[in-house]
Amino acid sequence: MFKLLEGPQTLGRGRMFWTCFLVVLGGALAYPLFADSYDVGNFAYFLIWIFMALGLCLMWGYGGMLSFGQTLFFGIAGYGYGVLAINMGGGTATIAALVLSVALAMIAAGILGYFMIWGGINGIFFGIVTLSATLVLAFFLGQTAGPEWHIGPARLNGFNGMKGMDPLTVGDFYIEGSALYYVLVALIVIVYLALRMLLNSGVGNVIVATRENPQRAEMLGYDVRKYQLLTFVIGSGLAGLSGALYTSWGQFITPSSIGLPAAAMPIVWVAFSGRSDLTATLVGSFLLLFGFQTITVYSQQAALVLMGALLLATVMLAPQGFVLGIGKLVADWWRDRRRGDDAVVTEAGRLQSEEA
Amino acid sequence: MALVEVKGVSKRFGGLTAVSGVDLTVNAGEVHCLIGPNGAGKSTLFKLIVGLYPPTEGNILFDTVDITTERPYARVQRGMSIKMQAPSVFKELPVRQNIQTALQERLSGAERIAEEDRLLTLLNLAPDSGKLAGALSHGQQQWLEIGMALALKPQLLLLDEPTAGMSPEETYKTGELIKSFNAEGMTVLVVEHDMAFVRQVAQRVTVLHLGKIFARGNLESILQDEKVAEIYLGKTHAH
Repeated sequence: MFKLLEGPQTLGRGRMFWTCFLVVLGGALAYPLFADSYDVGNFAYFLIWIFMALGLCLMWGYGGMLSFGQTLFFGIAGYGYGVLAINMGGGTATIAALVLSVALAMIAAGILGYFMIWGGINGIFFGIVTLSATLVLAFFLGQTAGPEWHIGPARLNGFNGMKGMDPLTVGDFYIEGSALYYVLVALIVIVYLALRMLLNSGVGNVIVATRENPQRAEMLGYDVRKYQLLTFVIGSGLAGLSGALYTSWGQFITPSSIGLPAAAMPIVWVAFSGRSDLTATLVGSFLLLFGFQTITVYSQQAALVLMGALLLATVMLAPQGFVLGIGKLVADWWRDRRRGDDAVVTEAGRLQSEEA
Repeated sequence: MALVEVKGVSKRFGGLTAVSGVDLTVNAGEVHCLIGPNGAGKSTLFKLIVGLYPPTEGNILFDTVDITTERPYARVQRGMSIKMQAPSVFKELPVRQNIQTALQERLSGAERIAEEDRLLTLLNLAPDSGKLAGALSHGQQQWLEIGMALALKPQLLLLDEPTAGMSPEETYKTGELIKSFNAEGMTVLVVEHDMAFVRQVAQRVTVLHLGKIFARGNLESILQDEKVAEIYLGKTHAH
């Protein structure tokens, strides 16, 4: 099974890659030991969004479906977590609220995806329909300010957003600060490795084949609609995981985290990073979130303009993504160097045997 | 025994009738060629049989089961395998991965890798197995697609102009390949207008003209039919 961690669908293989992976993971685990709690909290915030980026990478980069609906499912699970956590009374029930809210997002994705995929919607229209659904939810939630808009004791609160839910809790222990950071690192490792295994399996082969040529994939006996739906549900479920974790982290969620500017962000992260590779998406999205947050401290408008400029630069200069391009250059350089070293060793061996 | 039965099938696109009341039987174990001049409706009939178009009228049976409303993937799961007219491969994926995607439902592990190697060697694609399929020549892409179709080990192999864009040598080799698979029991239905290729492989021939069956029979009787020669073959080529 672990053989699936490497394969044609994912870049990065061999001892060098996995050594780097362990070094980065070790650094991430050690980070809270020497960073202050504010920075750890900030890093936890960046990590929350990685699931949404990986989900879009799966759908768009591997499955060929450009979904503008990541914040739709982010919002469904985010509000879902809030409603469930408040109604279930907090405490350990928040863990159940997290699981159920992600399941809710996946069910919603299953319903929307079924009608789109079985209805033959693809290409640019897939993006248009998912964006429309996203805006519908954002506008709907924006007009829920009145007291009549509540589910049990959980008020939706319109543009002011929902608040008052507990963070993730086990017994009396709130999963916040460093604890939340470690939970997020563990979840990212699990999701990243699981996606690698999925994509390098037979299912991944069909997902990529469907992106390349859906008619040919069907002519090989695959009901491509089922594979597309599976991809959409998993990718959207990961956006839902981001949403539920976000609500738990901040103990609030507003419609602005669903609307148009928010919906465009995952597209920028994934396009800039390199949509056709999980590792590039993971690294690039984290770097962009870090940069965006740093600039936002000084000017939110400037940060948004920078994101737009990055998207333009990606489309014009590196359509496959900057991080992926740089990663490939480094890999080529490393391979050439290894070949050079091997050639020197071979030549030295030849000379030695000639002398003998 | 009939493997495919097309019964009274018509296909209309608005006011245009591309195929009209066609009855066609493909017997198990034969190589059946569907020929006709341009615009005869050959490719439309092919797409009706593989399920890319729903017929306006009529029924299609495969191994006595009515498959008229089934989607292409379901027909493939029943034992059909299809090669379209234009090369239809996964261009951004390596050649071996193309074959692997076709094989993975039938074989796994070492068996699958051995079968990949056998097919790649058979199709002269072994030296290029690591290349992207889009980097292959047109003829090689045709072979790769034939290889993907063969990888399914079908009862019925459907080929729409399999030699388009191939050199005479490649065309001849493709014909021999089809004959070798037919000798192992595979039924083959070929849409083709290269008469040298048809002569090489066909056991039975159906001629389509203006969307209707114009003539049918063995190759010799078709070649000697004056009316067929007039509409399609050209009298000088008929003998």
